[in-house]
Amino acid sequence: MPMSIIKNTAFYALVAVIVVCAVFPFYYAIITSFRTGSAIFTIEYWPTSFSVANYVNVIASGSFARNLLNSIIVSACVVTLSLLMAVTAAFALSRVRFRGRSLLLLTILSVSMFPQIAVLAGLFEVIRLLGLYNTLGGLVFSYMIFTLPFTVWVLTTFMRDLPVEIEEAAIVDGATPWVIITRVFLPLMWPALVTTGLLAFIAAWNEFLFALTFTSSTETRTVPVTIALFTGSSAHEVPWGIVMAASVIVTVPLVVLVLIFQRKIISGLTAGGVKG
Amino acid sequence: MTTIRMQDLRKSFGKYDVIKGVDLEIEAGEFMVFVGPSGCGKSTLLRLIAGLEDITSGTLAFDEKIVNSLTPSQRGIAMVFQSYALYPHMTVYDNMAFGLKLAKGSADDVKRRVHKAAEMLQITDYLDRLPKQLSGGQRQRVAIGRAIVRDPKVFLFDEPLSNLDAALRVATRLEIAKLHAKMHETTMIYVTHDQVEAMTLADRICVLRDGNVEQVGTPLELYEKPQSIFVAGFIGSPKMNFLTEQFADAYKTDILGVRPEHLEIKDKDGLWKGKLLLAENLGSESFLYIDIGAKEPLVVRQDGSAHQQPGELLCVAPVNNNIHRFDQSGRPAAN
Repeated sequence: MPMSIIKNTAFYALVAVIVVCAVFPFYYAIITSFRTGSAIFTIEYWPTSFSVANYVNVIASGSFARNLLNSIIVSACVVTLSLLMAVTAAFALSRVRFRGRSLLLLTILSVSMFPQIAVLAGLFEVIRLLGLYNTLGGLVFSYMIFTLPFTVWVLTTFMRDLPVEIEEAAIVDGATPWVIITRVFLPLMWPALVTTGLLAFIAAWNEFLFALTFTSSTETRTVPVTIALFTGSSAHEVPWGIVMAASVIVTVPLVVLVLIFQRKIISGLTAGGVKG
Repeated sequence: MTTIRMQDLRKSFGKYDVIKGVDLEIEAGEFMVFVGPSGCGKSTLLRLIAGLEDITSGTLAFDEKIVNSLTPSQRGIAMVFQSYALYPHMTVYDNMAFGLKLAKGSADDVKRRVHKAAEMLQITDYLDRLPKQLSGGQRQRVAIGRAIVRDPKVFLFDEPLSNLDAALRVATRLEIAKLHAKMHETTMIYVTHDQVEAMTLADRICVLRDGNVEQVGTPLELYEKPQSIFVAGFIGSPKMNFLTEQFADAYKTDILGVRPEHLEIKDKDGLWKGKLLLAENLGSESFLYIDIGAKEPLVVRQDGSAHQQPGELLCVAPVNNNIHRFDQSGRPAAN
């Protein structure tokens, strides 16, 4: 009996630690964002004052709305393009027999081994050469470097597990590869598409280094860079209130997206198609 | 009405030759069954006919027109898969209509044909259900329905009953036999490893062994005049007894084959004598395993239940000299 009490206590203590570690920084950002003036610098763990002044300042401050829009455009484009290319690539890599298939898969994976900083200089030249410097297109292009390897891998493994007979039945029904992908496989791949799409979105949304390097003007920046470059009245003052308000604004869309799609992830969709 | 002609058809996967030169003609409207043990290439041969595998060499012709490089839908085939292979996200109706819609059939025509096929298979009530809401037997009927609506020239079945339980298997086997009677103009090819399915459904059976055609003939021909030990052993259940040495010598042959149903227990002066090892009682019939000194126990079929006890000494003899004689190579011995 005491043994189970200890086990339970330990279990919930661990849960508490994880929750605190995961949620506390965000919680603290929220309560700080609602404070103003010197209250920001006192350490308080409960909301003591409430003011939306920081939020008003952020939204009013010149380019923040524009930067938010940039982030949305870039992330949406990255997700759409990555999924489109990954689905078609996954079909080839999982269903078409060709020489060097596994070598190609490993090469795709190895691309994601390089740290961002290692490819930065080379990529900078490529982007300049393509005339994409300081454009949103340049960011979309460079973000594919880290979104494509994992979307291709996850979708390839997922597609490989789809029953071959279903594809063959579609072939017998006269379906072309494109029809098989769009009308037979895609509906079965929703869980994988939602998951990888969401991860790609988050990665693109949070990306900082490429966004900082490949843009130069305020109009083309994305939100993480904007927040980092917020300045107070002097060079030594960090405007914490505004930074926190901006951070909360940036985090909310991610939370909302996860909540929406969590409901859409339907497991066991393939049940009933083949024996089992 | 489509005849299918295969000439020296071969298929290799890399170094492995799976189909080693098959010459076979399937007549229009015929129900042909491919049987053989697993790994004999029967499913591969079916997939070559379907167009799901590329033909390595040789020709495949439908009505004298070579179809080697045509896609399955261009060949006008329909196929029922072992695992049903229904589209899980589509209703029964959409599953059946998918191919017709792809072929750009008019909406009215699609609807009419799906409903006609559904009526034929008695699945009209399930048309708006998803496959996962159906039982195994219903799923397999939907799979058959999906094949029927396309009004195929050639109808292919790849072990369609293997996933069903025993009772349902018999019922569905009957359905398929009825289907063949209704669609008597459609050529059907059916793959199975179950010789009972082969015997009951087939107009003709093609026994395959190791990528080669072993024998083609009506079920009765295969049963009565097997052209090799392999066919003799494969067709018929329980399998034929094979005797060698002194038992075969008495009949002046190398290998002597006698079916269990062609042996009977004699009170005395039987040809062979031995101890009863085991009796299997099935009620309507029983099988006796008798040790007569051969390599394997002799199996004897007997009407009704067995009254003999294990250990009892029994005399056995072939009925009406109903025996098969084979030479050393496994071919029928010349008289």
